[in-house]
Amino acid sequence: MNRSLILGCLLSALFILAALVSFVWTPFDAEALNIPARLKGPNNTNLLGTDHFGRDILSLLMVGARTSIAVALVAVGIGMGLGVPLGLWAAARRGSLIDEVIMRGNDLVFAFPSLVIAILITAVFGAGAINAIIAIGIFNIPVFARITRGAALSLWEREFILAARVAGKSAARISFEHILPNVTNLLIVQGTIQFSLGILAEAGLSYVGLGAQPPTPSWGRMLADAQTMVSIAPHMALMPGFAIILTVLGLNLMGDGLRDLLDPRLRRMRT
Amino acid sequence: MLASLMTQQASHRLRSVFFENFIWNQSPYTSVQDALFTCEMALDHRPKSAYALLMLRYTLKRLLSLVISLAVASVVIFTVIEVAPGDPASFMLGMNAQPETLAALRTELGLDTSKPERYFSWVAGMLSGDFGTSYTYRTPVADMVQQRMWVSLPLALYALTLSTLIAFPAGIYAASRRGRAGDVGVMGATQLGVAIPNFWFAMMLVLLFSIKLRWFAAGGFVGWDKGLFAGLHSLTLPAIALALPQAAILARVMRSALLDVLGEDFMRTARAKGLTARQALWRHGLRNAMIPVLTIIGLQFSFLLAGGIIIEQVFYLPGLGRLIFQSISARDLIVVESVTMLLVFAVIFVNFTVDLAYAAVDPRLRARA
Amino acid sequence: MSLLSVQNLTLSIHSFDILHDVSFNIDAGEIVAITGESGSGKSMTALAAMQLLPQGARTTGRIMLGEDDITTWDEPALCGLRGNDIGMVFQEPMTALNPVKTIGDQVAETILVHERTTKAQAHKRAAETLERVGLPNDRFPLSRFPHELSGGQRQRVVIAMAIALRPRLLIADEPTTALDVTTQAQILALLVRLAREDGMGLMMITHDLAVVAAMADRIIVMRKGEVVEQGATVQLLHDMQHPYTKMLFAASAHEVTLPDTDATAPLLEVKGVCRDYRTPRKTVFGKPGKFRAVNNLSFSLNRGERLGLVGESGCGKSTLTRALLGLEAVSEGTITLRGEPVFTGTKPNLAVRRHMQVVFQDPYGSFNPRHRVARQITEPFYLLDTPPTGAARQQAIDDALIAVGLTPADADKYIHEFSGGQRQRIAIARALIIRPDLIIFDEAVSALDVSVRAQILDLLAELCASHNLSYLFISHDLSVVRTITDRVLVMKSGEIVEQGKTEEIFTNPQHPYTKSLIDAAPVLPDLKGLTA
Repeated sequence: MNRSLILGCLLSALFILAALVSFVWTPFDAEALNIPARLKGPNNTNLLGTDHFGRDILSLLMVGARTSIAVALVAVGIGMGLGVPLGLWAAARRGSLIDEVIMRGNDLVFAFPSLVIAILITAVFGAGAINAIIAIGIFNIPVFARITRGAALSLWEREFILAARVAGKSAARISFEHILPNVTNLLIVQGTIQFSLGILAEAGLSYVGLGAQPPTPSWGRMLADAQTMVSIAPHMALMPGFAIILTVLGLNLMGDGLRDLLDPRLRRMRT
Repeated sequence: MLASLMTQQASHRLRSVFFENFIWNQSPYTSVQDALFTCEMALDHRPKSAYALLMLRYTLKRLLSLVISLAVASVVIFTVIEVAPGDPASFMLGMNAQPETLAALRTELGLDTSKPERYFSWVAGMLSGDFGTSYTYRTPVADMVQQRMWVSLPLALYALTLSTLIAFPAGIYAASRRGRAGDVGVMGATQLGVAIPNFWFAMMLVLLFSIKLRWFAAGGFVGWDKGLFAGLHSLTLPAIALALPQAAILARVMRSALLDVLGEDFMRTARAKGLTARQALWRHGLRNAMIPVLTIIGLQFSFLLAGGIIIEQVFYLPGLGRLIFQSISARDLIVVESVTMLLVFAVIFVNFTVDLAYAAVDPRLRARA
Repeated sequence: MSLLSVQNLTLSIHSFDILHDVSFNIDAGEIVAITGESGSGKSMTALAAMQLLPQGARTTGRIMLGEDDITTWDEPALCGLRGNDIGMVFQEPMTALNPVKTIGDQVAETILVHERTTKAQAHKRAAETLERVGLPNDRFPLSRFPHELSGGQRQRVVIAMAIALRPRLLIADEPTTALDVTTQAQILALLVRLAREDGMGLMMITHDLAVVAAMADRIIVMRKGEVVEQGATVQLLHDMQHPYTKMLFAASAHEVTLPDTDATAPLLEVKGVCRDYRTPRKTVFGKPGKFRAVNNLSFSLNRGERLGLVGESGCGKSTLTRALLGLEAVSEGTITLRGEPVFTGTKPNLAVRRHMQVVFQDPYGSFNPRHRVARQITEPFYLLDTPPTGAARQQAIDDALIAVGLTPADADKYIHEFSGGQRQRIAIARALIIRPDLIIFDEAVSALDVSVRAQILDLLAELCASHNLSYLFISHDLSVVRTITDRVLVMKSGEIVEQGKTEEIFTNPQHPYTKSLIDAAPVLPDLKGLTA
């Protein structure tokens, strides 16, 4: 157990817990306007202060955590669910047309400025959490496809795969029985990293107004609201910012820690 | 925003170039490849002109790849923008449009012609420099882009320079002090840097440097006619906001690339020859570590061009990012289409240049091309 | 006074004890071999002599180079020493050179680091050194990159880098382990010649006792970080004291007696097999070329026969193995097992393959780290139409494990709990479990320590008796092939250059290639003859 992992797990757990708890309880009703109490800094009643409508920032953060985590999680799910099979397929049929197509497809998706496309998709198809999930998820697919293919390729060269081939197993069967279990460690680590990227992405999209729409609270939109007030009420910008930073940091640390724990050899690939 | 995605993208691109060429060398059954290889290489008397031929072949392959990517990208963009929303004209004008305006726009957009025809005339237009006319502003898109380029491009270059200047020394320092306090410090700082959303960081910079300290304006771009220094001054805060998270990523990549190289056998050979650890790092390590680092720099540039979108929003800079955003809000599909294509072209072109740079750095790539 | 004197060297890394009280001397012009099995600490001793130990290393004791104790020197002084007074050659030639620099630059670098001279001068001397090591400048100009050279050639470059400044001591850590037999002989001859020409001390680290006996003036035997025995070669071989030394040499020279069999019924027939590979185009518009990996190969293997296949890398062994197993189609010719072709049309004939199994080389790579032993060894059941289930399956697993000298309880363990030798036993169990008619051993003992290898060979002999095995034993190690086979095929560049009974081939080779192979392979002297 190393420090990264422990710290990372604690931080991530904190926010995930906050999101879960928010379903049953928040200090204040996150959507309740309370104009007389607006723009108060952190104090005894509102632990993190209030925003320009008097809403309690702590409650907003807790409910906003739901959005960020949900969006990022489903996006990772899309990425893994589609990307991993594609990667396995490409590696199993290495050198063939399907491999070329999948790889070029990956390259192409990578070539598109992801932010532009995300904005495009949400603008053309409507803003909202669902479309944000799709936009972010699309960019997770080539990441997982690439990483699975890379790991699978080096596994295909190993002798135990040859033994399975000698036993007459088909490429598909080998991919699921032998290759997939050996790449799960890599996928877990990458999953946590993509999760953290998803949180950043969702915050960015919400900031420009294209993520979850009002009244659903969202960290990114809280920052957008805070922008005009930043000189008079800096806590409005600081709090959501810290929330984002700490969640992403926690997830990244957890990812690093998991990487060291699950496979010391992966440490060399650490970026 | 999706800045850290770059790290993954970079290493994936890198692996694509190397895995394709080298993965078979790790197979236990390499004897066929060895034999093929020896019969090609071993007793070749290779004159200098052969090197030029190899580079030419490599360049041509990459060029072909570039053209194909651009073609496919253009088809995708065309489909998403003109085909997906159903009827572009009503999309642009909204629900309450008058039938006559609708019809007029349809003719203007050429929607009465078939889709393939529209596509080809669009591509032909772009190749000849005509990017269409903006519906909202009634000016040629090419002109608007040109104006905005003078903001986005310098911003991207400025941010790239800052990020490289910070990241390279940090990464090298961390790699040379591996495991010790200096390394841990740099790694901690970069972990933090990667987690910071750049638009939030921008807000904090504005709070500190514009509002509290009044060193910089809170936004806007003064223009280049007031002089180089004035222009750069107004771009400084945005550049820092863009650069710092990228620097964090770049420093990590630099460090990990160096550490990878430090573990290689030829570094041990270098030490056995009598080079000090530092000499081995500089003379043998850096050049090999440059390969993944080059990838990242290439990707960073593309990200900076496009990722500046949000930063331009925060600082009210009249750049390409803001243009795209305003056009999307105004539903000006013509502008969106052409500018997206331009950005994609920039990214693909930069990747192409980086691929060529690889071959200049690594002789194995030229041979295996 | 000795050139190098290691006195009571004790080394630990991160509190792991590596070396314990190691002492020995090397005199100028002397060739000393340090030998032992894996984990004996030989490489660490070499690195200690260069003071190139990894981080976290703590040493006590002295290492005297001439009159100086180099353990007390600081890093800049040690840098002046390395490459200049002591040179080192490592094991893996494929990765020892910087891929982005030319060989000329890399050899010249040794000179430029230590002496104040111009680049042109350094390159001139580099060219001379490369000539000395057998890479003439007309065929190997200084502008060559490492990836343009073969393994043996790269190793010569590494040697050139090490001796460019004519050091007093050259340390060679398993320099030929990754090379072919003939290349190995050349590199070893080169090392000996250079040592004699320059009056250089040579510290040779190797696990190959035949090499040690042939080359070294003195032998040092190490085990688990300690020096077990040392002495002048002739005397040591004559008069071994320590039981470990005796065991080591006995295992190296280990011979098994195979039971007699009546090998007349045909089993495997290979007729006129050819396999072509496409090579990439040389010019932009040229046609892709063809490379013939296997050319008109024909041989047969009878039931109960133990056939050997020797050849160096690139001779087509692996292509042949894949073709025999039916993993790939051949371009021409037929391969039949029990009269049925192994490959029909476009698909392998699985009904035929169930009579054939294979044991691979790498005990660490041939198993899925995530599965238990029971699952691993029942992999071949997939080939059967009705694989056994329940009690029958358990019985098959138990039988297979017992046959290879393990216990049924091992079936529930994970593979990482076993040593290299035990893993090879499990691999053999996997090959045996469906009672195939033919087993292919593809370099199956090459990655094992010498003592473990002897045990596995004994196991094979037992299995021959109990299971009436027929096998094809592929190896580059001639001494192993000599003892474990009845007949042998010699392959070169995709063709069989000679075949016949094992003893006849080894005592009276006909083909020049076979002769060169046998001459190149170092042989342990007949120890019984010496002690007489």
